[in-house]
Amino acid sequence: MNAGLRHRAWRLGADIDTDQLAPGRQMKHGLDVIAQHCLEGVRPGFAAGVRPGDVIVAGPNFGIGSSREQAASVLVHLGIAAVIAPSYGGLYFRNAFNVGLLLLTCPQAGDVADGETLAVDARAGRIVRANGEVLACEPIPGFLLDMVEAGGLLPQLKARFARTGARDTETP
Amino acid sequence: MSAAQTLAQKLVARAAGRAHVQPGEIVSCTVDLAMFHDSSGPRRLAPMLAELGAEIWDKRKVVLVIDHYVPAADEESLRIVRLARDWAREQALPHVHDGQGICHVVVPQAGHLRPGMFCVGGDSHSPTGGAFGAYMFGIGATEMLGVVTTGEIWLKVPQTVFMHWIGRLADGVSAKDMMLAMIGRFGMNGGQYQAVEFCGEAVAALSMAERMTLCNMSAELGAQVGLVAPDATTQAWLREAGVEVSDDEVAGWHGDEHAPGVRHAFDASTLAPQVALPHSPANVRGVDDLEPTKIDVAYIGACTGAKLDDLRAAARVLAGYRIAAGVQLLVAPASVRDREAAQREGVLQVLLDAGATLLPSACGACAGYGGAIPEGSTVISSTARNFKGRMGADSARVYLGSPYTVAASAVHGRIADPRELLP
Repeated sequence: MNAGLRHRAWRLGADIDTDQLAPGRQMKHGLDVIAQHCLEGVRPGFAAGVRPGDVIVAGPNFGIGSSREQAASVLVHLGIAAVIAPSYGGLYFRNAFNVGLLLLTCPQAGDVADGETLAVDARAGRIVRANGEVLACEPIPGFLLDMVEAGGLLPQLKARFARTGARDTETP
Repeated sequence: MSAAQTLAQKLVARAAGRAHVQPGEIVSCTVDLAMFHDSSGPRRLAPMLAELGAEIWDKRKVVLVIDHYVPAADEESLRIVRLARDWAREQALPHVHDGQGICHVVVPQAGHLRPGMFCVGGDSHSPTGGAFGAYMFGIGATEMLGVVTTGEIWLKVPQTVFMHWIGRLADGVSAKDMMLAMIGRFGMNGGQYQAVEFCGEAVAALSMAERMTLCNMSAELGAQVGLVAPDATTQAWLREAGVEVSDDEVAGWHGDEHAPGVRHAFDASTLAPQVALPHSPANVRGVDDLEPTKIDVAYIGACTGAKLDDLRAAARVLAGYRIAAGVQLLVAPASVRDREAAQREGVLQVLLDAGATLLPSACGACAGYGGAIPEGSTVISSTARNFKGRMGADSARVYLGSPYTVAASAVHGRIADPRELLP
């Protein structure tokens, strides 16, 4: 991700669960329908107002709950460039990278205000605020950064199967 | 290297083909079993597999359970279920359980699990398998695609958190209450995606179904897995399911003494029935510390709260009583096998005589399907999650409790302490 890009922040609270991101009632539908209802309970107008390149800045425990990966892919679908939060549900963390959504673990995420613009450098693990303040993020294993840059696990598997034409072992 | 290891470390080490693994290191593990259901499975996997032009790595190690969209309530649901059935037939999958109940209960009942296995499930409550001494955790559909095409998955070796329960539970207090107490104390991400091992006298005394409840709700504790080391209870239960486990095997799947980990102690003998208030499983109080709370619906369902032992618990409370006027008691047994056993034992009749309505053995209202929960209602439920809207009605207020507490609340028409109704 380009460190020079400006990302508009949508500020959310703590414990944003997978039902808020992808409501169970909508799960029988495709991503385009689920996306219309994303976060409608906690942030009405989010789905309609979000622009490609925006980021979500949330409180602790983002993505707790279900294994449904639509809760992560719906944010990719809506063009969210990254989620920035102090902590995540563990299953959500895996799902996000698998579907190509960057999650940055940032203890100081709470400092960011709604609507603020940020610069994000995933490889360096840093976020720069408009006032120049730098927020440090926890390092992400290289193979996960590669995965998110490839657009998720599916494109990686595609490349692997195209290359080998056969099964290959998954090495982190 | 001969450093002491926890059960979780030993399970991961075996799957990684290693004698020893260190918490925090990233390893690649060979998968013994991959389970998925109609919601997370075929409808997501089939198109991606076709796109890849890849095959399932080993069909004998794959289990499909059709439990979410059955019975199909509408056209969309029917389409999802049909797709699952057609794909299973086309793939000639040897292990398909269709309409037999909820995956986390059906999989062990069908004899797919044994101690020492390394398993993934396409559902967040997959840690239920940890009750059998298997390392089992939930993953999403894309990661499941990786597993079914390669047979492997990466893992960060977890730390172990020991939940040590001394003493014995009082009558009318159950594994669900233990779990709500732990989630209330540590929060929904308190497990920090590490391994939780439940141990101590109170855990050893629990039935397999109760141990499954503990491990099941490890998900709500934010752990990757919840484990109970196998013992004679495990052996006996698995024998019923057609799985023979030797004494040596049972002895082998235990952590070493002085294995590293964080230890928390609890006293089961002083535990009161616990209730989680809307809208979080971590919003927990003792049942006697609640304001008077009138209910409209009492729901006994899900892999968490409608196994045979859960139905028995409810029946013990309800025997000789009728539910309060204006209250609906809904019972969706976790599996067909559990429902049939409850029928044979007379447990089902007790529930029906008390005024219960029997629902299909499927995920149902726990996952927001079937429209059983009216808008605006107040619900007490034996399920695992009470997130806003989770049960299908945005304006419903859902409280979580044990099957004992749900049954007692149905009798009183308000959330009630079951200990007063037990004989």
